[in-house]
Amino acid sequence: MTPILSARDLRKSYGRVVAMDGVDFDLYPGEILGVIGDNGAGKSSMIRALAGALRPDSGEIRLNGEPVRFTSPMDARAKGIETVFQTLAMAPALTIVDNLFLGREYRKPGLRGSLFRMLDRGRMRAEARKHLSDLGLATIQNIDQVVETLSGGQRQGVAVARACAFGSRVVILDEPTAALGVKESRKVLDLIRDVRSRGISIVLISHNMPHVFEIADRVHIHRLGRRIAQVEPSQISMSDAVAIMTGAMQPPPNSISQEP
Amino acid sequence: MPSDTPQFEERGGWGQRVINFLHGNPTVIPLLVLVIGLAIFSMIVGKRFFHPFNLSLVLQQVTVIGMLALAQTLIILTAGIDLSVGAIMVLASVVMGQLALTYGWPPELALVAGIAAGGICGALNGLFITLLRLPPFIVTLGTWSIFNAVVQFWSGGQTIRQQEIAATAPILQWTGTAMQVGAARLTLGSILMLGLAVFLWYMLNRTAYGRHIYATGNDAEAARLSGINTRRVLFSVYLLAGGICGVAGWVLIGRIGAVSPLGGASANLDSITAVVIGGTSLFGGRGSILGTLIGALIVGFFRNGLALAGLDVLWQEFTIGCLIIMAVGFDQWLRRIAA
Repeated sequence: MTPILSARDLRKSYGRVVAMDGVDFDLYPGEILGVIGDNGAGKSSMIRALAGALRPDSGEIRLNGEPVRFTSPMDARAKGIETVFQTLAMAPALTIVDNLFLGREYRKPGLRGSLFRMLDRGRMRAEARKHLSDLGLATIQNIDQVVETLSGGQRQGVAVARACAFGSRVVILDEPTAALGVKESRKVLDLIRDVRSRGISIVLISHNMPHVFEIADRVHIHRLGRRIAQVEPSQISMSDAVAIMTGAMQPPPNSISQEP
Repeated sequence: MPSDTPQFEERGGWGQRVINFLHGNPTVIPLLVLVIGLAIFSMIVGKRFFHPFNLSLVLQQVTVIGMLALAQTLIILTAGIDLSVGAIMVLASVVMGQLALTYGWPPELALVAGIAAGGICGALNGLFITLLRLPPFIVTLGTWSIFNAVVQFWSGGQTIRQQEIAATAPILQWTGTAMQVGAARLTLGSILMLGLAVFLWYMLNRTAYGRHIYATGNDAEAARLSGINTRRVLFSVYLLAGGICGVAGWVLIGRIGAVSPLGGASANLDSITAVVIGGTSLFGGRGSILGTLIGALIVGFFRNGLALAGLDVLWQEFTIGCLIIMAVGFDQWLRRIAA
């Protein structure tokens, strides 16, 4: 099976600090891949490289087996890779609709759009409503509400909806539950499963082991700037995964070449 | 809807709804202040206050500052500040006057050159801020001095008198042309200012560029990650604001008739006052053109009303000061409870 998104031997260093020391990465179609690793292990650098926000010094990224080169998050986005950054990248004083379409607004057809640059608010509203209700977020009734009046879970929901709205093949979620309470975390996890059931592959970066082990199909363990193991949550205990992650335990044999 | 889909409850309650409403309609508070102010002054001053002539007089008085405040609104929406707007305006008017009268340029060309000079000044601010990444406060504090020096150098500190302009370049005074509408006197400058406000309102609310201005001021990093070229947005806003200040220079000549290198000394701060009282947040991303118009009118009507009520000028300054602090306090409160 060809991975939908893969990387081979990514390297990046800042002076003497090595952020990526030959990273390999594989994401297969339709799966939820958990990514775990200690603070400073280089997860973020890898994710930023996959999302187009960081240019690696060397190495190769492939999308559906084709080599790609991202110079900005826009490039990755154009290829169907959407990232929900931990900060959510939303403008809190703008409305839900404005945020959903920020940076890729629709303009009215004809002269009103081309000459007067008029936004097609009706179309954006209708699509925003559809995307939110597709993900079961229809209880956010007022899509003209400004984002800062939403709860943390609702904001995360809107950010996920934005990532899914643009026909993406891959959605990368960076610590989606880190700022949320128990109840809201549960809803976001349900939301992630929901997105996967629509055929989108998901990368889930999280420090929360129970969450990762609950919904990930496979887990990528990162240590000292590279992938040290790939495991299936059903084959390994949570404490062993943490032990591998921190270097207290050797990874099981053949744990790198694993396919789903 | 299937029952296993995630649900998020609306955070509710009456107080929350009021806060949400104020978030979505930040102009309500300045509007309320204006209406209450008008009511109080009409009670104290009587019929004179609402006389069309008095109302149009206030509009004339706020036209120049209103114009600068429109430019200032764009900049403050990006979380910046421009201390040089008044200096740019005076510089533009001096360029117009000098080119037309001293250098004998065709008046129309001198007019265009003056507005262009405003744009160049704005572009300079924009370059320092986006390319060198210097804070707008410092950059425009510096350029304020520089533009002032250029004005003094080029004009030799001399005023170009009204009669000379009327004889050689009457087009420069065109914005001062008044139309009698009943008992009210509307100047073309006021109409130009209102027309510009409509244009900017459209730009900010109905085009993607306008949304990008808000997003850049609200959270620059988020805007960048959403694919907005924030440096280009910032630069273009300073450029546009400079151009508007150039037009304001033309309106200034129409208002005072002459070209004076000393005009607009307090205009920088007055424009910020109008923007802040109009409910636009100094932290960026929050505010509106309509609010700024109302803010400028509040300042105008309070000054006018207090003067008609026979109070000393110092009470005007006192009241405006109180309004500024109240406006900023309210903005802070609204931001804090929403977080």
